[in-house]
Amino acid sequence: MLEPGRFVHVKVSGGVDPLLRRPISICDVDKTLGRFKIVYRAEGKGTQLLSERRPGEQVDVLGPLGSGFPVDAAAPGETAVLIGGGIGVPPLYCLSRQLTSRGVQVVHVLGFASAKDMFYRERFEALGPTHIATVDGSRGLQGYVTDVLRAEGMTTCDVYYACGPAAMLRALEASRLGSRGYVSLEERMGCGIGACLACVCRLQNDSEGAAYRKVCTDGPVFPVGEVVL
Amino acid sequence: MNRLQVELPGLRMKNPIMPASGCFGFGREYAELYNLSLLGAIAVKATTPEARFGNPVPRVAETPGGMLNAIGLQNPGLTDVLAKELPWLAQYDVPVVANIAGAEAEEYVRVAEALSKAPNVQALELNISCPNVKKGGIAFGTVPAVAAELTRQVKQVSNKSVYVKLSPNVTDIVEMALAVEEAGADGLSMINTLLGMRIDLKTRRPVLANGAGGLSGPAIKPVAIRMIYQVSQAVKIPIIGMGGIMDAEDVIEFFLAGASAVAVGTANFVDPFVCRTIIEELPEQLDKMGVSRIGDLTGAGWR
Repeated sequence: MLEPGRFVHVKVSGGVDPLLRRPISICDVDKTLGRFKIVYRAEGKGTQLLSERRPGEQVDVLGPLGSGFPVDAAAPGETAVLIGGGIGVPPLYCLSRQLTSRGVQVVHVLGFASAKDMFYRERFEALGPTHIATVDGSRGLQGYVTDVLRAEGMTTCDVYYACGPAAMLRALEASRLGSRGYVSLEERMGCGIGACLACVCRLQNDSEGAAYRKVCTDGPVFPVGEVVL
Repeated sequence: MNRLQVELPGLRMKNPIMPASGCFGFGREYAELYNLSLLGAIAVKATTPEARFGNPVPRVAETPGGMLNAIGLQNPGLTDVLAKELPWLAQYDVPVVANIAGAEAEEYVRVAEALSKAPNVQALELNISCPNVKKGGIAFGTVPAVAAELTRQVKQVSNKSVYVKLSPNVTDIVEMALAVEEAGADGLSMINTLLGMRIDLKTRRPVLANGAGGLSGPAIKPVAIRMIYQVSQAVKIPIIGMGGIMDAEDVIEFFLAGASAVAVGTANFVDPFVCRTIIEELPEQLDKMGVSRIGDLTGAGWR
């Protein structure tokens, strides 16, 4: 079973522009069909080009790469809160499916810029209670995922899993939502396999020293408290 | 006869392809993908006396046909490189080119002396061209007399061949090449990255946390070709050519310009198998050109 939260490094075009691959996390896997799904926002030049590829075309993909969310950190019967912001939401779908299939109670808290940026709401709702926040208030609660946690009185849980912007992850870390938490980091990457040292982060217990973790191979998922967010 | 074999001072290479320093770590990640003994040599990541974390992120930014990086010479330090990285690499039948960096001349000398004693290190590459550190690096690579003096000091303590890695961020690359040749360099590697910058339209600030960074990739290949073409006609020592090599045709172009071997850098990030692929494709390229040995092409663009 593929660990949720791992990613593929995608070459969006055949030429040298854009030159580098794009790391995109895996949203869902169908092993029997030999398929996986990625959900991304066609925003920059690279993802725009990728969105123009048609069914049947071949795309050069390296992966699966990285270390994902530990599904077994939540025991059957425990409650896990899954928190996603924007393009950080997709890997939580695969995670939620695996958690629910082992009997973990899941609650989703998903944040988007606005209603038109929202996706997969129904699919998450089919797996467990799902709370939505939008920055402009066009759907769900107006505000951020942390506002949902406050409004719903979710101050504690057995374990939480989060993927989204660094500011969101920092807010979650400060909230002490659960004793066990796992966060997935985003960082600009070069090689994606741990060689170029473009995507490193510092350790909380050695924040001034030479120690580091690589987001592409040691992560993108880290236990809360391990790395400096 | 091995058509791809080349010999440079200290380096007997089964083919002219080596991954460039800084683009291949110490080989561990790529060893998961293919047998490193296939390579002509490996130029490992720059080593400084002490471990360095490097610069804050973001450390990379894309540009048309290229990328900017400002890693900042992150490395585990001399002690770990000697105790862990080099002994690990010794399992492969491949010569190692140890890239040397420091903040002061004394630091370069210390690292050079220690690394030149490692049994699988066949050559040193003097990094006087890193644009991403506050002290050292490019500071040694833009004034010919300073570069020459450092070369002289490193040559004195090294019992392995010394290649000086030149910066393209100079007015007269030939003058620089002649200065380090005169100082005793056994060879040159060129070019390092070109200084560049990108600014984010939303934040109105440079994309890289460091501000400026080093431009690499196919975008800089014409600059590298021009500089090697000029320098190879002026010096007698061999050149390891680099700067935007993506495929076997690019390798041939560098040989025509005057290179005797090449290093592949940024392309490893795009396709981690690229060095192996190039090595496999070179014989066909030589056939196309009616050339029996790749070494025959060195400088054929001007000879």
